[in-house]
Amino acid sequence: MNNNIKPMRDVFLAGLIEKMEHDPKVFFLAADFGAPTLDILREKFPDRFLNVGIAEQNLINVAAGLALEGFKVCAYAIAPFITMRCYEQVKVNLALMSQVKEMNVTLIGVGAGFSYVVSGPTHHSVEDISIMRTLPNVEVLSPADWVAAGSYVDFIVDNPGIKYLRFDSQPTPAVYPEATEFADKGYNVLSNGSKACIVSTGYMTQEALEAAEKLQAAGIDISVIDIFKLKNPDFKSLADELANYEYVISMEEGFIRKGGLDSLLLNLINDHKLNFRFEAVGLDDNYKFELGNRRQLLANYKAESENVVDRIKEHFSE
Amino acid sequence: MDNKLKELLEQKTQDVWRETLMLHKRSPETRVASSLSCVEILVAMYYGGILKYDPADPDWEGRDRFIVSKGHGSISLYPILADLGFFPEEELMRIGQAGSFLGSIPDPVIPGYETVNGSLGHGLGVACGMAVGLDRKKSSSQVFVMVGDGELYEGSNWEALMFAGHHGLNNLTLIVDHNKISMLDFCDNIISHGSLAEKFRAFDWKVAEFDGHNIEEAHRHLEAARNDNSSGPIALIAHTVKGKGGGHLENDSLCHIKSLKPEHVDELLEKEERP
Repeated sequence: MNNNIKPMRDVFLAGLIEKMEHDPKVFFLAADFGAPTLDILREKFPDRFLNVGIAEQNLINVAAGLALEGFKVCAYAIAPFITMRCYEQVKVNLALMSQVKEMNVTLIGVGAGFSYVVSGPTHHSVEDISIMRTLPNVEVLSPADWVAAGSYVDFIVDNPGIKYLRFDSQPTPAVYPEATEFADKGYNVLSNGSKACIVSTGYMTQEALEAAEKLQAAGIDISVIDIFKLKNPDFKSLADELANYEYVISMEEGFIRKGGLDSLLLNLINDHKLNFRFEAVGLDDNYKFELGNRRQLLANYKAESENVVDRIKEHFSE
Repeated sequence: MDNKLKELLEQKTQDVWRETLMLHKRSPETRVASSLSCVEILVAMYYGGILKYDPADPDWEGRDRFIVSKGHGSISLYPILADLGFFPEEELMRIGQAGSFLGSIPDPVIPGYETVNGSLGHGLGVACGMAVGLDRKKSSSQVFVMVGDGELYEGSNWEALMFAGHHGLNNLTLIVDHNKISMLDFCDNIISHGSLAEKFRAFDWKVAEFDGHNIEEAHRHLEAARNDNSSGPIALIAHTVKGKGGGHLENDSLCHIKSLKPEHVDELLEKEERP
């Protein structure tokens, strides 16, 4: 097993602290939400850190005001609250406003998918991929591990625009070798197989890799594509890549058939006239209150790696 | 206030009232009643030397930031911005037409407007961010926000009021166009505001109240707020009449959603002065 486990947020924040040393325009806002590394940041930069309290609407509005004054703003809160609680503020003062005025705001949401495992549906973030993808002028970044999460620092600070970073709340094993350069195309082929391919994002890439490992043991070579730019990946090259397979499965820790990763792929299939069997794995249209570990929460929706292994085995035994 | 300035502001109040009615005649979907209650406030801000601005360079870094959070109710700012040269006066003739940037709700595509308007309760929070930003930049520019009283029902205002009070933002002034009417009724019949002054003071704001249709008073309080550098944000509560000078709309509980017929506008414009 992979022992190289770290929290996405602390790796990212450590990089950001370094960036803040050199760039006096970076400003950090939190909605009363922390991290060990954030304690270092706020002590080091008291003039460029503000805790707005548990007030996400104001978090976004204050971020917008600072951005209009030329600051490069990071706003930090628990994922469902920095997306849904203040969606109207994100729409009006970030998505709409940034179309008219140059702004640099990054929303950092911690708690992607089921990562706050035992906290229940209010703390699970299973709507954010689709609702944030809906907004024009907002890039959605969904890293699979802390290496990817840490790689975003330069990108988000140095490029104007509105970005949403979807971080896991649990420490994640490294999928990528340290210091990987993440290409603009927004996805990476992590494992190379011939016939089937899993396209996954965030934590689900860990599940996808596990499925690939089990399938390999059963003699079925499949590819895994980790997609981390959920708004504007390089559609053309992704379409060319997917054209190599006869069977593609998407895996996301969010609702399916509603604008998430599966929708991204279905539109890609349609736009590029791709011809393969496609299935979406994720959450169907209901909430669940049952407790369990993360794997069990996914299994409640038939969205865990084992289920994908079975589907692929079944497909190739037909 | 010297007589010359007083005369100027009074004249501009008449002009803006007239122009606002004409805009409404051209584009009847504009919210004329709430645009008429804040005429003196806008006139004092722009012609009374309160706001720092440069029509040739609307994004001039040294400008004061004025956020018109009650966007629908600021059509009366269009003729002021045109008169000052933020955009050509001919634009006023094209309000509401295809290709015009003057809609019934103003957005920052209009030179002189800072933020996206139409969704209420956003302006004060954005203003808080600007005020912090200007402070960190050691700028002497100030931030003004105008809200409606109906707009204060939005909870996001109160998040921002807490924030600004706690941080003692001394470069921030909130102006409430307190015309006592929201969309469907008098505020007192919806949720009474009680004493806004007491509420704001409880949030550590400095508060002044005045008759929003008395141009001298409006100017005096705005000027005092502009010159006050002591700690803490300032709330100015302007007691106004919704639909002021709008004939039968004046203080009608439903005036927000009512329009004036063209012949009513013509009747009003025949008068020499705003009634």
